Amino acid sequence: MSEIGPILRALLRNKTSALLIAGQCALTLAIVVNALFIIVARQELMQRPTGLDGENIVYVQSMGFTRDFRPEAVIREDLDLLRRLPGVVAASPINAIPLSGGGSSRGYSKEENTESEGIGAAYYELDEQGQKALGLNLTAGRWFRPEDVQALPENTDQYPYQAVISQAMARKLYGEDAPLGKRLYFQNGQRSVAIIGVVEHLPSAWVHAENFPYSVVYPRITTEKFIRYALRTEPGRRDELMPVVEQALRKANAGRIIRLRTQSEASARSYRGDKAMNIILASVSGLIVVITALGIVGLATFSVRRRTRQIGTRRALGASQWQVLRYFLVENWLLTTIGVLLGSGLAVALNLYLVETYSLERLNLWYLPAAAVLLWLLGWAAVYAPARRASRISPATATRNI
Amino acid sequence: MFAYYLRLSLASLRRHPALSALMVLAIAIGIGVCMTTLTVHTLMSSDPIPWKSDKLFAVRLDSWGPDRPWEEPNEPPPELNWRDATALMASDIPPRHAAMFKSMFTVQNEDPGFAPYMVEARITHKDFFALFDTPFLHGGGWGDSADKNLEQVVVLGKVANDKLFGGENSVGRTIRLDEREFKVVGVLADWQPVPKFYDVNNGNFDAAEDIYLPWGTAQPFQLRTAGNTNGWKPENIDSFDAFLNSESVWIQFWAELPDTETKARYQAFLDAYVGEQKKLGRFPRPLNNRLSDVNQFMSERHVVGDDNRVLVGLSFLFLAVCLINMVGLLLAKFLGKAPELALRRALGASQWQIVQLNLVEVGLVGLLGGVLGLGLAYGGLEAVKTLYASNDGNDVRLYALNLPLALQAMAIALAASLLAGLYPALKVGRLAPAGLLKTQ
Repeated sequence: MSEIGPILRALLRNKTSALLIAGQCALTLAIVVNALFIIVARQELMQRPTGLDGENIVYVQSMGFTRDFRPEAVIREDLDLLRRLPGVVAASPINAIPLSGGGSSRGYSKEENTESEGIGAAYYELDEQGQKALGLNLTAGRWFRPEDVQALPENTDQYPYQAVISQAMARKLYGEDAPLGKRLYFQNGQRSVAIIGVVEHLPSAWVHAENFPYSVVYPRITTEKFIRYALRTEPGRRDELMPVVEQALRKANAGRIIRLRTQSEASARSYRGDKAMNIILASVSGLIVVITALGIVGLATFSVRRRTRQIGTRRALGASQWQVLRYFLVENWLLTTIGVLLGSGLAVALNLYLVETYSLERLNLWYLPAAAVLLWLLGWAAVYAPARRASRISPATATRNI
Repeated sequence: MFAYYLRLSLASLRRHPALSALMVLAIAIGIGVCMTTLTVHTLMSSDPIPWKSDKLFAVRLDSWGPDRPWEEPNEPPPELNWRDATALMASDIPPRHAAMFKSMFTVQNEDPGFAPYMVEARITHKDFFALFDTPFLHGGGWGDSADKNLEQVVVLGKVANDKLFGGENSVGRTIRLDEREFKVVGVLADWQPVPKFYDVNNGNFDAAEDIYLPWGTAQPFQLRTAGNTNGWKPENIDSFDAFLNSESVWIQFWAELPDTETKARYQAFLDAYVGEQKKLGRFPRPLNNRLSDVNQFMSERHVVGDDNRVLVGLSFLFLAVCLINMVGLLLAKFLGKAPELALRRALGASQWQIVQLNLVEVGLVGLLGGVLGLGLAYGGLEAVKTLYASNDGNDVRLYALNLPLALQAMAIALAASLLAGLYPALKVGRLAPAGLLKTQ
């Protein structure tokens, strides 16, 4: 490492070029670190557990339009028909599609007659087959029995008596206490239901909301012209069964419009922005790394070409090929290290700005050493070819132009 | 002289093809990335109705609950409830005003064999069309009486008219909405404001509704909103009338206020109305009625997403990296050319002429980079379109390059590369020729 001194002095004589490379490395590091940090955060967001048998769930939306449309009778017939279809595991009416962005929510608390609005949670209406239709995992208590389920129109003053809640909701409300048998209050604690079961996961409809994991399920069917069913097919048979379901329902009652939607479609649509953002960030980061690497190659090539005679002289005076190669690798290492130091500061500053302006998370500082290692490797990979060419310069070059 | 510089520059670029390509590519990618994000951003934040956006005001009353505002720090809810919307329509201060909401219907034409389909409709007052200058193909809107009493008339959007009547003039003909008959009184030409500023509650870039119904149909037919309904108050809503009388907000309200005097009078009217209602025990929050013009409203409702802003910022940092890259490469390149330039100086070229020569070369790189960058931006926008756009929305229109943006891209490319080239060009121009000539 004895050549660090001469290398530094040589760099100082050509400050501008050195600063440019270091500055470029610094900016690259700051951008890539922040982009990666956002990407990882979004990836974690998209991979949260849903508790749903996502690949095998289909939602059927039926919009009745004839004036003599009788929702209650239609629902009974439809459910009969759907449950008898071979390949359908279970079917239940459902008021909203989890993770879809559209649904109903309400404030809940554990206290009676409270002033507070409580915890916002999604509420679902399912019947006795609801657990099987979504593939939910019951961790305590029981699911609804047929006699628990009420069929009522949308505007009514009748409230359900029981509810199943998600585990996250139970923990939020009651901590470590067992939620079974407790009462869940809503409408400023003026009304309540008894908790009879807990499911491991059942997310709300809003993937970007804080209340994502909180949900409450009522044993209830809303009898209006707009009806929605959730049905679960045997594994892998979803796509094959969708046209069958559509045709069967259309045949059973023509006074309506049928639309089918899968859980996967609904989830993908909600996360579309995040996925797009990640792809764009990843592409931009990739491009920036390539540009910086190519820039280092270009500059190193020039520097080798300019120093051809000097290198030849060194070789003629006894420097080995390896020593010449090492000279360029060390020089590059020095430049990228300055870049790493500047860049780390810049990355943190950029992150603080993003935290401040767009309420992003604070940067995990482990990203910085990882990025430093990557940048060193990148620098060496870029400088290797020109350095190798330099090391092969024949000692005779030194004598040629004299 | 310029032509001579150009010839020299071309020759110089050809002498190091790999390096020249690298510089052009760096600029091109930088410009491509910037233009992609900037185009989306510009179109997202563009004014949907520039000729009167400063005269159109979204009307909001703070009817929200006492505990907390609708949104921090102190935003009133974005919509009104039925009672307040009805009360505001009684004012004669704004020359034009309309309450509105969207609803879903199944629609059929006169042919009993026609397969019905679902359509989004906007239920609104007669002023809607004049308020937003919607272009009519045939016929026109409805009269005042249709807002107050039940009249089964309808205005069709262009797509609906194409689907239901094959694009003919359908004024006077009949359509069925949920099996009720409505007479067509007008047909709109293509009208798709981007963003859909008058109702950004469900999607900022959703398509405009395809059917318009008079306000007078809402109550008799018990039309429900297909948009959001938000409430804060525990109320027992067991009938449609109970819903109309509740504090739930679900109605958008717009007024045209041509000058500040009218606006001040209207604001006073709103405040007086809310003051009166407070005496009845409503409006528990402090007085906070808001009149926002179109552009204010777009910013208050966060129409341009944070992600988009982050990407624009990021892409300009990216361009900065490309430029630093270019400064380094140019510096190296010009220094390599120094002996030749020194010879020119020795033969009588001035420093300024050397700088000019170098700048022409840099400009050439910038121009080539800009052209290539435009191509990349076009590809980038296509890619972003497949990533983001929904098939039923209007956001496809956000991913199209237009002439002003293309010119802007060229200007940025040229300015950026000249900026990047300035230092190397000056530095090499100032080198003393004597020392460089000696070594040759």
